[in-house]
Amino acid sequence: MGAYILRRLLQTLPVVLMVVIVNFLLLQLAPGDLATVLAGEAGGAPKEYIDALRARFGQDKPVYVQLLSYLGNLLTLDLGYSFRQSAPVLDLILARMGPTLLLMGTTLVVSLGVGVGMGVLAALWVRTWKDHVISVAAVVFYAMPLFWVGLMLVLFFSIKLAWFPTSGMEDVVAFNEGWARVKDIAHHLVLPTLTLSLFYVALYARLMRASMLEQRGLDYVTTARAKGLTHAQITTRHVFRNALLPVVTMAGVQFGALLGGSVVVEAVFAWPGLGQLAYQSLFARDYNLLLGIFFMSAVLVVLINLLVDVVYVALDPRIRMG
Amino acid sequence: MKSFRSRFLTNPRVVVGLVWLALVLLMAVFADVLAPRDPFAIVGAPFGQPAGQFLLGTDSLGRDVLAGLIHGSRTTLLIAVLATLAAVAFGTAVGALAGYFGGWVDDLLMRLTEFFQTIPSFLFAIVLIAVLSPSATNLVIAIAVVSWPPIARVVRGEVLSVKSREFVQAAVVAGQRDLAILVTQVLPNTLSPLIVTGSLLVATAILVESALSFLGLGAPNQMSWGFMVGAGRSFLRDAWWLVTMPGVVILVTVLSINLVGEGLNDALNPRLADL
Repeated sequence: MGAYILRRLLQTLPVVLMVVIVNFLLLQLAPGDLATVLAGEAGGAPKEYIDALRARFGQDKPVYVQLLSYLGNLLTLDLGYSFRQSAPVLDLILARMGPTLLLMGTTLVVSLGVGVGMGVLAALWVRTWKDHVISVAAVVFYAMPLFWVGLMLVLFFSIKLAWFPTSGMEDVVAFNEGWARVKDIAHHLVLPTLTLSLFYVALYARLMRASMLEQRGLDYVTTARAKGLTHAQITTRHVFRNALLPVVTMAGVQFGALLGGSVVVEAVFAWPGLGQLAYQSLFARDYNLLLGIFFMSAVLVVLINLLVDVVYVALDPRIRMG
Repeated sequence: MKSFRSRFLTNPRVVVGLVWLALVLLMAVFADVLAPRDPFAIVGAPFGQPAGQFLLGTDSLGRDVLAGLIHGSRTTLLIAVLATLAAVAFGTAVGALAGYFGGWVDDLLMRLTEFFQTIPSFLFAIVLIAVLSPSATNLVIAIAVVSWPPIARVVRGEVLSVKSREFVQAAVVAGQRDLAILVTQVLPNTLSPLIVTGSLLVATAILVESALSFLGLGAPNQMSWGFMVGAGRSFLRDAWWLVTMPGVVILVTVLSINLVGEGLNDALNPRLADL
């Protein structure tokens, strides 16, 4: 197991390296370098001053030297400084990581729970009107633009019914503490989670239904039936467990997309996470911060994929052979 | 076994999808005839209710929402279709080369594909647009860059399974060059999964384009559905139709493409249709 984890960890290195190189290239492409931006902020500066700034930032060196120093910086998690927010990029990102992970975590749990449940029910009721209702719902959820779902939920549940707050993560002026604060955050979390979940509910429901139907036709089910197991036992102990595997794989693969979705959802609900930080940095033309967020997100996705693989090997001994 | 056409066109979901897509296509092609005025032109009082003077009402500045939707269909469809074509072209090239030549070419190209599948693609599209500056061309580039990997995988898989067939060996014996074999013998046989994946990709491209436009990264000075939702969100409380209408149009269009794409898949692979 240890050797496996080490081997997988080594495999992730090229990906991280590629992200760094892509980031560097994008920074080179970005309009205006740091020196001209700073000079512009100061209301213009003589050319000598800009050259001095460039020298200070190492921008007068050849490109490959800059790339190497950039690489060294990122690998030691020195993501640079955001001159807009007057703080190191890493600190800004870490401060926003929590809310995003919270939103993604609840979305993962809700979408997997509801999606798998819907898929199982649709498979059990296959070709009845109930199956059709679930399938149609899944097809519609699958086609809805995230940002629009969020706004529609706000329109109905916040504006018309006033059940949930329209935006933010907590009622800051209430100065809640302890359980009251947890309750408040949970209350704010409902609509963003629902928004981000619907697409994945559809995805997992469709996958789970197909997977259940496929497993149900396999030989081991006939064997189980021949040895006298009841229908319920076959479904819960055999078919369900095997059918779950592709869904778990898919959930792992979808992590990057989930992160992208949370950018949109955070923009809609003013959720104070990484996505909103990315949104803000976008309009402040804060490329250092934006690319820092991209780098950290990519690293996060790589690490989560690694974690899923390791969990997978632990759960399914057959994979270890390969 | 029934013919492809009868399997495809007797599917009610496909028919519904095709009808809506035909409507949207007509809207996009004849936008200047259907709504001759500039969609950014102020034509009436602001916040006109739907079914009043204008069928779908007016926005915060008094612009006709229906005219916006009609002109928006042109922007959104054009960007989504061009991005998909670019993604299909690039993905097919990568997948075909990887599958046909195998070895280190395959290793290298598949590592590249995996890389693009691993990184958070929507965030990458945002970064690309931010760096390249928002424009219709850059939207096409950004959407294509994040959507080619599935095409490459599909084509590679098909090429791998076709390449060892006898007619390909016959072409090798007949002395055809690699490139000619790939283009005239192998690739035509990968067409049906490519068409299915490609058509579903248009739906994803529309969703990405609208999300980017919603965030304010769309093509400047061009009406698009996502932009309309973004512009209307501040007035959600007082003018529900500004956000609702464009969203419904996006939803129904994406839904139609998915239905037609799945219908294509069922009709092209009848044995898998039951799953």
